[in-house]
Amino acid sequence: MLLLLTLSIGTLTAGGVWLLLRARSFDAILGLTLLSYAVNLFLFATGRPRVDAEPILTPGVAATLANTTDPLPQALVLTAIVIAFAMTALLLAIALRARAETGSDHVDSKEPQ
Amino acid sequence: MNGPALDTLLATHGPVLPVVLPLLAGALLLLLESARSQALQRWVPWVSATATFALLALAALLLRQASGGEVQAYLVGNWPAPFGISLALDRLGALMVLLTAAVACTALVYALGGMAARGLHFHALFQFQLMGLNGAFLTADLFNLFVFFEVLLAASYGLLLHGRGAGQRQRLQAAVHYVTFNLAGSSLFLIALGLLYGVTGTLNMADLAHKLPVLPPGDVRLAQVAALLLLTVFAVKAALLPLYFWLPDTYAAASAPVGALFAIMTKVGVYAVLRVTTLVFGAEVAAPFLSLLALATLALAAVGALAATRLRGLVAYLVVASAGTLLLAAGLGSEGTLAAGLFYLINSTLVAAAWFLLADRIAAARGGSDLLQPRPLGGGWALPGAAFFVAAVAVAGVPPLAGFMGKALLLQAAGPLPMGPWVVAGVLASSLAVMVALARAGSVIFWKSAQVGAAAPDASPAHATALAGVLAAVLALAAAAGPISAYTGAAAGQLLQRQGYIDAVLGARPAPAAWDVRKEMRERGDAK
Repeated sequence: MLLLLTLSIGTLTAGGVWLLLRARSFDAILGLTLLSYAVNLFLFATGRPRVDAEPILTPGVAATLANTTDPLPQALVLTAIVIAFAMTALLLAIALRARAETGSDHVDSKEPQ
Repeated sequence: MNGPALDTLLATHGPVLPVVLPLLAGALLLLLESARSQALQRWVPWVSATATFALLALAALLLRQASGGEVQAYLVGNWPAPFGISLALDRLGALMVLLTAAVACTALVYALGGMAARGLHFHALFQFQLMGLNGAFLTADLFNLFVFFEVLLAASYGLLLHGRGAGQRQRLQAAVHYVTFNLAGSSLFLIALGLLYGVTGTLNMADLAHKLPVLPPGDVRLAQVAALLLLTVFAVKAALLPLYFWLPDTYAAASAPVGALFAIMTKVGVYAVLRVTTLVFGAEVAAPFLSLLALATLALAAVGALAATRLRGLVAYLVVASAGTLLLAAGLGSEGTLAAGLFYLINSTLVAAAWFLLADRIAAARGGSDLLQPRPLGGGWALPGAAFFVAAVAVAGVPPLAGFMGKALLLQAAGPLPMGPWVVAGVLASSLAVMVALARAGSVIFWKSAQVGAAAPDASPAHATALAGVLAAVLALAAAAGPISAYTGAAAGQLLQRQGYIDAVLGARPAPAAWDVRKEMRERGDAK
């Protein structure tokens, strides 16, 4: 599972960075979205995810990180998802407006010569 | 509210008030601005001005409270640190909040001269921006710092786009760059936070300061990676060399009051660098890179200022130059350079705000153009010329104003350090370049241009009041340099004595519950 998680984070980051460098606002937005997915998975991974750990404190099981999952990274991810989603929506609105005003979806608002 | 009640409120809830006040004001303004009735909408400027000036008074009271040297920690949600989010008010935080409020009052008064009405929700966005700024200056938790960064950025995206008509296309283009760049920066911020949490299990700054020195050897490198990633993110905000290219376009495109408010935004990055290097990671984490990059930033900002073709572009490069000077002070990291840097920070923020307003007035008097070419200047040159002169003296660091004192203090403190000669040469050369650039701009605008009678069509007393107010503050800074440099010296000393901050945050005890629900339930027999 760890390998799968690592590979997904790496692939998403690589794709996100590549798209971000493509100087078209639509590609850049997709790239930022992929990047935010990668970041969310990464934050999730910092809680050392394990299979079959208790999700919440249970009577009879000692309340340590050896027995339960760490809830804080999940809370961090939740916050990060909300923020990234809102910011991406805002960027999309700005990019659409820029496209309408300038007639180009290049990030410099003009086609390269 | 009478005196004792106010004192108790400040002593118990002081650090959270500068966040709550703009939040409530912003929420109220959002409702008022969307109201259908004209009678309600008329209240908008009054509510906004009252809230901003109340923030200024509050910030002054908090500064008085913090000047005693005690760090006041505040537990949000009454959870003890490091489990809940903590806020902390120390000398540096109080100074930054007061500076924010002062710049905000100036920008708001100027905006009331017409700019605020040119678009929707200016006042609400303005208050939310203040909330994000104050929160970033007061929080003692790194993830909370991220959240407040996002709050202030989200508001700044809206403010940057504010205004109809002239420059809209330019603003949109700048906004696409600005938002994209900052979103990528936010991703890096989160990665750094994830790494830090992964190796230490905490994001509370005081707790991190505790845990980082005792990390197992295998995790030290990871923590260093996280520290440098964080510094990269803060360098984006503070406009350090390879990462400042977004700033000139963005700041030159923003409307004047927004540009004036943005003068404090680069200082958020500087503040965050100062906070994490002194409190969390120790200055040595960035020592070799930071001062060199800051020197290079200074040099390129000087070139940018000399090459600027528009007055607003020139002003934007002045902001970059001041950020370079401040990061240089932070990178050198001795108590003397930090104190000098903080003193210079006050001056450079106020004077940058003044420049954005002044550039707008000059552009308006020249028929809307701020190109540095001879153009007829309307309305006489005496007053704008005098303002230009004062602002130029203050920003270039020429005696007798506070810009000179800040730079002199910095050179004095940096002289004995190993990098001393380079610092002295870099700061003096950049001051000279800025002076030449401003002299050239001033002679084109005021001497080579014909004078015509007509004043700017949109002139309003609010514009003159705001500009006079901020220039008076710049002059007062020079007059009160003694007490102010004593304060910044004490603030720098407090930054380097980090144990006080750590003890205050980790030692803060939750307030006893006024109402013990559990006990009551036990007595009633509801709970097991």
